[in-house]
Amino acid sequence: MRNDTRPLLSVRNLRTSFFQDEGTTKAVDGASFDVFPGKTLGIVGESGCGKSVTAQSILRIVDRPGRIVDGEIVLTRADGSEIDLVKLKANSREIRSVRGGDIGLIFQEPMTSFSPVHTVGEQIIEAVLLHSEVGKKEARLRGIEALRSVGIPKPERRIDEYSFELSGGLRQRAMIAVALSCNPRLLIADEPTTALDVTTQAQILDLLRKIQQERGMAIMLITHNLGVVAEMADDVVVMYLGKVVEQGKVDDIFHDPKHPYTKALLQSIPSIDSTPRLKLPTISGSIPHPFNRPKGCPFHPRCVSAIAGRCDVEEPPLQAVGEGRKASCFLYP
Amino acid sequence: MAAHAAVPPPAPETGLLAEDRIAVATQWQLMWWRFRKHRLAAGGTIVLIAFYLLSLFADFFAYADPQESEAQRSLMAPQEIHWFDGGSFSPHVYALTGTRDPLTFKRVYVPDPAKKIPITFFGHGEPYELFGFIPCDRHLIGVSGAKAGESLFLLGTDMQGRDLWSRLMYATRTSMTIGLVSVALSLILGVVLGGISGYFGGWIDTVIQRIIEILRSIPTIPLWMGLAAALPPDWDVVKVYFAITIIISLIGWTELARVVRGRFISLKQEDFVMAAELLGCSKARIIFRHMVPSFISHIIAATTLAIPAIIISETSLSFLGLGLRPPAISWGVLLQDAQNIQALVISPWLLYPSVAVIVAVLAFNFMGDGIRDAADPYL
Amino acid sequence: MVAYVVRRLLLAVLTVWAISVLSFMIIHLPPGDYVTSYIASMSASGSAVSEGEANALREQLGLDKPITVQYAKWMGLMLQGNFGMAMEWGRPVSDVIGDRLTLTMVISVAAIIFTWALALPIGIYSAVYPYSFADYVFTFVGFIGLAIPGFLLALVVMYVGFAYFGANVGGLFSPDFAEAPWSLAKIWDLTKHLPIPAVVLGVSGTAQLIRIMRSNLLDELRKPYVMTARARGLSEYRVIMRYPVRVALNPFVSTIGYLLPYVVSGSIIVSLVLSLPTVGPLLLKALIAQDMFLAGTIVLLLGVMTVIGTFISDLLLMWVDPRIRLGRQ
Repeated sequence: MRNDTRPLLSVRNLRTSFFQDEGTTKAVDGASFDVFPGKTLGIVGESGCGKSVTAQSILRIVDRPGRIVDGEIVLTRADGSEIDLVKLKANSREIRSVRGGDIGLIFQEPMTSFSPVHTVGEQIIEAVLLHSEVGKKEARLRGIEALRSVGIPKPERRIDEYSFELSGGLRQRAMIAVALSCNPRLLIADEPTTALDVTTQAQILDLLRKIQQERGMAIMLITHNLGVVAEMADDVVVMYLGKVVEQGKVDDIFHDPKHPYTKALLQSIPSIDSTPRLKLPTISGSIPHPFNRPKGCPFHPRCVSAIAGRCDVEEPPLQAVGEGRKASCFLYP
Repeated sequence: MAAHAAVPPPAPETGLLAEDRIAVATQWQLMWWRFRKHRLAAGGTIVLIAFYLLSLFADFFAYADPQESEAQRSLMAPQEIHWFDGGSFSPHVYALTGTRDPLTFKRVYVPDPAKKIPITFFGHGEPYELFGFIPCDRHLIGVSGAKAGESLFLLGTDMQGRDLWSRLMYATRTSMTIGLVSVALSLILGVVLGGISGYFGGWIDTVIQRIIEILRSIPTIPLWMGLAAALPPDWDVVKVYFAITIIISLIGWTELARVVRGRFISLKQEDFVMAAELLGCSKARIIFRHMVPSFISHIIAATTLAIPAIIISETSLSFLGLGLRPPAISWGVLLQDAQNIQALVISPWLLYPSVAVIVAVLAFNFMGDGIRDAADPYL
Repeated sequence: MVAYVVRRLLLAVLTVWAISVLSFMIIHLPPGDYVTSYIASMSASGSAVSEGEANALREQLGLDKPITVQYAKWMGLMLQGNFGMAMEWGRPVSDVIGDRLTLTMVISVAAIIFTWALALPIGIYSAVYPYSFADYVFTFVGFIGLAIPGFLLALVVMYVGFAYFGANVGGLFSPDFAEAPWSLAKIWDLTKHLPIPAVVLGVSGTAQLIRIMRSNLLDELRKPYVMTARARGLSEYRVIMRYPVRVALNPFVSTIGYLLPYVVSGSIIVSLVLSLPTVGPLLLKALIAQDMFLAGTIVLLLGVMTVIGTFISDLLLMWVDPRIRLGRQ
């Protein structure tokens, strides 16, 4: 079924590195995945695994000294044409029409994602004016509409307020309103609920789901929270040290994880069936320093099933391990 | 930071050694390593050491009496040194004869190549007392067969015919030490008031902060001028020196107080201070044993950065004739001669002391920046 | 918002009071009083003052009263705008100071405008392209700018003017206008003479502001709102100018608060070298002649002008920063 749908966004072998005096950090090291229209792709991993840099690479807003070194990011536009975002210049007109127009982005920090000296409205209206041919009045009306659509009460008043006058939940809603104001076909949500309390988290996730149903928009959800992924995602990509270690449908991944890292991740969340008063298993060791990437499979120093003489020498390729799923591990030939 | 960030795979031998070295290094060693990497700061430090050596041994580096005036030698240009004589190394200068230009009435000095005066190094000259009590008469530079004060003018002479090089040596001593003494006073005021303000907080903090704000919003030079002019004219050099030092430090302490207060406030919230409090340490012990060592490097940096401002203040005041007064010699006093533009155009060497001011101020700024970066690379 | 204005106003009043006490101290610190120096100046010009006249003068000026009463009396006179007589000039102080005080402020404001006009673009450039070649050059030139005292720079400018162009680059007016009454032509003449003193005065402040702007903007550039602005599809130029620069501008505006005293302070001494008709040369003359009454008044008025300037900059800050306007910090 999936084979006859063209992916909205197709990332192939993406490599993004940061070049510093101390050394080069390969933040994203050959990641490949697809995002399909109207579906939600969850990207999971510990902090520092390159999830956020992947999102920034797609929009071509990686901060210096970071740079995309290799790979392609093919976006299918509304008219059916395809463009490779990697080939565009970082400040070109084309990529700017993609940012905010085709792809919207929301961030983890609703507090600092708004300018402290501009009103929420100024920031929404700016985006509307930029991406659609409307006048200032119409843009303002659309801004108010966007705020209303994300469930902000009294949007005609809120639009003239500053972000520091809003509560955390409202701020994140406003953030979503800015991202949605130009009807993007893909919304990248980078840890959208991490900074919020649990109740607000659930509301924001509900909101995202509702908007997705209304508009048929694709969502790329970046998070370290497996619960959020289980609830929201259709497909899952698991990343470790800049590499995709496993990908597949959400049910497959959660019920039958293949890669030892995915298994370890899933074991470390408490479940209703787990024995009470037993210490949760943790993944031994910690993420290696980016300058000291292990040779071979990046996970082998922490892996319980590492094969000596193989995992620490060769790098396992990402290959099919079943119907519509892939993993990069020597346990699955 | 890097030492405990990761569980590294077996690294090459040298890498391990380097990490071990970092792991056991003291705070001061770490700072010293970072400081060394800062090229400009290291250069500044060397320059400053040279300046203070110059101050300490001013009598040795000078070759003439800085006060001896002689109208016959007024406004002589810097002399040319001839390093070779007939192919062999033998530095010498030509004797000068002064005549008055009959048209402009200006004194002109003509070198006489026939009269060569050989230059000596580490030779005998004017007697002086090293450190004020060791009788000595060796000088870095001197001449043989004549009096150095009458025949050697490396940087020329001023209006009264006093040797500028020798005066510059003594001026360096005054100006460089006035910076130190004044900054010491500012430091005491700043640390005490800033410390009280930051440690106790509350109304006393508010009061001290308002005082600082008020002091900072007053234009300092007119105030200094007023206070300096109010000093009795019959005071001697030493009294005026200390009075000027006090006047300058009375206003200079605010920046130091600000730094100290900021550090105190941020440290108060640190866990180790809380831990010390819970262990029942006395206030004095918490402050001096736990807090002060962790911000002393910032104080050193702020102090270093405060000195150049003080040097500029003293120079400015003395330049106006309101700071140190002759017979005291400081950079500002020397530059007073340059106030007259007509005189300056005829004898531009009167401006040479300004090079010393600029180099010293730059060196202090570089060193201070280096210390600050070394003390806290993330500030 | 009201609380902010009230607090700033209170602080301004307190500062004026502190300055008045310091000025009064300057008047009273030197041995002797106004009358002794008056006698000295009179006898220097050949006319003697008798003991009786002196006592009458003392009583008239209230110099026989306790110091606090004298201070109150002096403040009363000051508040009425009665600044007394300038001995050397034999004219009321307000006459002698009037234009000169205005010109001091004109030069100071010109210097601040110059400082801003230069520091803002350079600071932005250095932050957007940190550790670039130009950034290093600006940093180095900035260090040198900081290291040169204003009067030295003024001396060098004068020297270069004289030695290479044979012109006196000092002064604020052409000879034709120096004594002329105010007119449009005179103001134009003033404008033509302003750049040199403004640049000389502004250099070290510029060096400081560049460093402030650079480090503020470097902080702001790292904040997420810059990335979200970029993600909305704004051009790089607009992203930087509209957001982080705008935010970094706030602390920049507040630098007037300490830039103004600094520049006014510097103007005193630079005016002497460049022979500008500001209060600088007047203050020095008054101090050397021990005319402490005139000197104290000048220090007081300079201080008050500075405080007013700082207060205006506080209001400006409130206007540009909604966080202050809405009472959050």
